[in-house]
Amino acid sequence: MSAGAAEPLLAVRGIAAYYGAIQALSGIDLEVREGEIVTLIGANGAGKSTLLMTICGNPRGRGGRIVFDGRDITALPTHAIARLGIAHVPEGRRIFPHMTVMENLQIGAVCAAEQDFEGDLDYVFALFPILDERRHQRGGTLSGGEQQMLAIGRALMSRPRLLLLDEPSLGLAPLVVRHIFEVIAEINAERDMTVFLVEQNAYRALGLADRAYVMANGEIRMEGTGEELLADADIRAAYLEGGHG
Amino acid sequence: MEYFLQQLINGLTLGAVYGLIAIGYTMVYGIIGMINFAHGEIYMIGSFIALICFTILGLTGVASVPLAILVVLVVTVLFTAAYGWAVERLAYRPLRGSFRLAPLISAIGMAIFLQNYVQLLQGARVKAMAPMVTGGFVVTEKAGFQVTLSYMQITIMALTVVLMAGFSLVISRTALGRAQRACEQDQKMAALSGIDVDRTVSLTFLLGAGLAAVAGVMTTLHYGVIDFYIGFLVGLKAFTAAVLGGIGSLPGAMLGGILIGLVEAFWAAYFAAEYKDVAAFSILVLVLIFRPTGLMGRPEVEKV
Ligand SMILES: Nc1ncnc2c1ncn2[C@@H]1O[C@H](COP(=O)(O)OP(=O)(O)O)[C@@H](O)[C@H]1O
Ligand SMILES: [Mg+2]
Repeated sequence: MSAGAAEPLLAVRGIAAYYGAIQALSGIDLEVREGEIVTLIGANGAGKSTLLMTICGNPRGRGGRIVFDGRDITALPTHAIARLGIAHVPEGRRIFPHMTVMENLQIGAVCAAEQDFEGDLDYVFALFPILDERRHQRGGTLSGGEQQMLAIGRALMSRPRLLLLDEPSLGLAPLVVRHIFEVIAEINAERDMTVFLVEQNAYRALGLADRAYVMANGEIRMEGTGEELLADADIRAAYLEGGHG
Repeated sequence: MEYFLQQLINGLTLGAVYGLIAIGYTMVYGIIGMINFAHGEIYMIGSFIALICFTILGLTGVASVPLAILVVLVVTVLFTAAYGWAVERLAYRPLRGSFRLAPLISAIGMAIFLQNYVQLLQGARVKAMAPMVTGGFVVTEKAGFQVTLSYMQITIMALTVVLMAGFSLVISRTALGRAQRACEQDQKMAALSGIDVDRTVSLTFLLGAGLAAVAGVMTTLHYGVIDFYIGFLVGLKAFTAAVLGGIGSLPGAMLGGILIGLVEAFWAAYFAAEYKDVAAFSILVLVLIFRPTGLMGRPEVEKV
């Protein structure tokens, strides 16, 4: 982590965001370095999803700068940000319900080079063999777990430099959750994928992450390594008691 | 029986035209959830551009009729598509994210503007064109009644079938079609996937206007008379066709167009010709009351 330490892949500096007149984020500072898994935890309504969406330009970040790979992306439209290499697996998965699994993956590959398609498809199917079996099935008819796999597969098809994951374990059976977390670890280890992970399953997320941020009321309240936060008494009380998922 | 057959041919021809225009309504509704009430006027503008092109070509003395039609088709589609594009940019895009009725009101304003614009430039009088494509087949003849299928009718139906087949392929098989459907189903997610939603919406307007332009060329050739007001009634019927087929559904628009064409032709033939418009609009009312999703529509997908 020599050159990467000097300039993070993603840097958010003093960013605020609004829904109409309502302020949802204020003074957000954080960074994600190349190859890291960074997690963001916080109570419902803290602004975690808003932060991920703000990185993608919707709502637009105000009052500060968002820099990705040395480039100021604060004012770019969402599709242009995606094309620079940020893939978002949003809350609720947002599979295209009337498109087949294959078509969903093709949409994911919109910003990738055409000659990479077959290879990337093989890679996604190797991670999630069930998607291969379901390739001609409509997205809307998949189970929740399969939809989450498809959402991650769709994001990987774009060959992102940074993968944003918004509560990938939400509403899924424990076995599926384990599989998804294994895959996140695997793509990070094998493909050196940089991951920014929002989780309500704080115990698992902190165990996986190199570093973590804690958010409340639209602000970053704490940061540290995964182990540090796991050991923190306040964090244990607020996010971990009773929820070992 | 012969009379029936003749009305079937006439109805299918008319239905093809409605179908081409209905696609524009249905695609725009599908992608931005609004009824583009200026779409009928786009068709009207296409008819005028076609008429102007035919007049210019006539002056330059192009001898080959198929060549003349081809040239006029291409020119008309290009210019009309530009109008469709401009309408979206000027009247709808600035209102996106505004309250739901805003673009609808803007569309009605746009329709009135376009009518007056053409009336100012071209005059209010009905314009006529001498038929270029004459003749046809006599399908059957009985007791002095001839059932004819004119070359013009064949042209209209063949062109419509080819265009609709091509169009369906574009939507279902190409990257452009996938992007279009992605924007239809979830614009936010489409943008997150790297799709330029604004550009896709623009393309939808271009394509819809292009198809309406083809309808304009065909009706100008076939019926030979146009004025600045034709877009209203034809547009409303094509809209009815789109609703009948299930607004948002591409095959629905095609089917709806043909059904409205047939209803109109048969109503005019067997009941009262002066009430044929009433028949079409009664269908609109009935569909809206009893089956708002239309024949092939799917239940409303939540737009986020
Ligand atoms: N589309 C929206 N419009 C208005 N307010 C929103 C919208 N989305 C989220 N909010 C509000 O912003 C705050 C943060 O929400 P969110 O980012 O979804 O939190 P989290 O993901 O941490 O649960 C909440 O108060 C929520 O009600
Ligand atoms: Mg959230």
